[in-house]
Amino acid sequence: MVDVAIAAAKVLFVLLIALQVMGLGVFFERKLSALIQDRIGANRASIFGIAGLGLINTLVADPIKFLLKEDVTPDGADHLLHFLAPCISLIPVLATFAVIPFGDVLEVGGRVINLQGAELDVGLLFVLAMASLGVYGVVLAGWASNNRWSLLGGIRGSAQMISYEIAMGLALIGVVITYNSLDLQAIAREQGHLIWGWLPAWGILYQPLAFVIFLTAGVAESKRIPFDLPESESELVSGYFTEYSGAKHLMFMMSDFVEVVLVAALVTTLFFGAWQVPWLMRDGFHFPGGATVGLPSVVVALLQVTSFALKLVFFTSLQIVIRWTLPRFRYDQLMRLGWQGLLPLSLANVMLSALVVLWREPLA
Amino acid sequence: MSIPAFVVLALVTVVSALTVVVHRNPVHSACALVVTLFMLSVFFVGLDAQLVAVLQVIVYAGAIVVLFLFVIMLLNLTRPEARPAGAAPLVAAATAGAAAIVLLLAAALRRSTATAAPGLPEGFGGTAALARRLFTAYLVPFELTSLLLLVAVVGAVVLAKRRV
Repeated sequence: MVDVAIAAAKVLFVLLIALQVMGLGVFFERKLSALIQDRIGANRASIFGIAGLGLINTLVADPIKFLLKEDVTPDGADHLLHFLAPCISLIPVLATFAVIPFGDVLEVGGRVINLQGAELDVGLLFVLAMASLGVYGVVLAGWASNNRWSLLGGIRGSAQMISYEIAMGLALIGVVITYNSLDLQAIAREQGHLIWGWLPAWGILYQPLAFVIFLTAGVAESKRIPFDLPESESELVSGYFTEYSGAKHLMFMMSDFVEVVLVAALVTTLFFGAWQVPWLMRDGFHFPGGATVGLPSVVVALLQVTSFALKLVFFTSLQIVIRWTLPRFRYDQLMRLGWQGLLPLSLANVMLSALVVLWREPLA
Repeated sequence: MSIPAFVVLALVTVVSALTVVVHRNPVHSACALVVTLFMLSVFFVGLDAQLVAVLQVIVYAGAIVVLFLFVIMLLNLTRPEARPAGAAPLVAAATAGAAAIVLLLAAALRRSTATAAPGLPEGFGGTAALARRLFTAYLVPFELTSLLLLVAVVGAVVLAKRRV
């Protein structure tokens, strides 16, 4: 009974965070883009003249507005698939959050709770499986709308996502070779070791090339500028979701934005120590000089979750800055980068990682 | 997996598999194929084969059927096709399918009268156990399969780029 309650609480926590990320993220992106373009942004919505409270507007009023809009299905559209496409787009992205660890363990009343939605041995492969299912949302939305712009957007989107998934998966193989596990929590724990007694063994030190490839492929997967050819406004109106309105349109926007946060979460987990705080062990800080500070389990868990959240915000902001800095690729440039740039690089990274592991631990 | 859960999941699988064959719209057939393959991976989870389940989704549901859909859209085959004249192919396919079902059922019934299944070995269905078998006992078939895939890739390039 208690186990079920704990599992339910974890699921609710992860799901609510994943859903709230959208509202917070959009407000954050508007503010950040204003800063980048040297203008004052998102200052119309305010409560009692305080612009910061406009955040409540984005969190509450925007979803209500979307839900109350008329839901249009165009003539000649395939009703069933037109309805299902946004769901197929959003659900895999949300489901992926289940395997991402947001802390180590929390000890409450003799119970050890693993701070992860679902403990899965094949967590990293689950991430790839969900990413590959997300493609269907784009393809089917493009096809079911009975609109040429939508179809072009859907075909562009599926080609782009398939191309970059390959580089993404191959970049992850380097990480798996390094940590000898597919379980994201195990990978996170491995990064708690210290090199030379003081340097935290974060993934970026072992797999710098995989980090660059993974981040690039991840930005491409989220279909935002500079990889937004599937929806490029100047050519395709709004690409594969041209014919969507109201709540369904909101779901497509959400899946793109939650994907940005998901890429940030994966980059954090695989390359930047997940929830690790440097020199923080389960019982408190162990500084390199030999000094120790004992801490109760609750404080340690809180510090870890905070550390994960801060890293998440940093990598989300990095992707937002990329979006507001670079112009859109041409289609041939996009394909050349994926197939002739990232793919050979990631293959080289796999070979290199394997050679290093063999050299350090020869086969018995 | 409990019996009621199995029956419900099996029904969904069979209905979607039938939809693949019977539906006139190729895009709907491809979508039903995705559902069928996804349901098969659910059965693999029920059999404690997590790795196979995830690979099933990545390779079949995630990659191969997307390419099917892609080709259907590019060739614009989206108008429903008329059925081929005459019922002969349907009858032949149905007969072959029924024969296969009878054979499988007979084999399954013979098996189930034998002793109960032994307990699963340690780490069954996990990545480590499967990889160890794959790279020791089944190394030659594994390498031959990769050679086969390489031949297919080279063949596709040769066919597509005949004029180069």
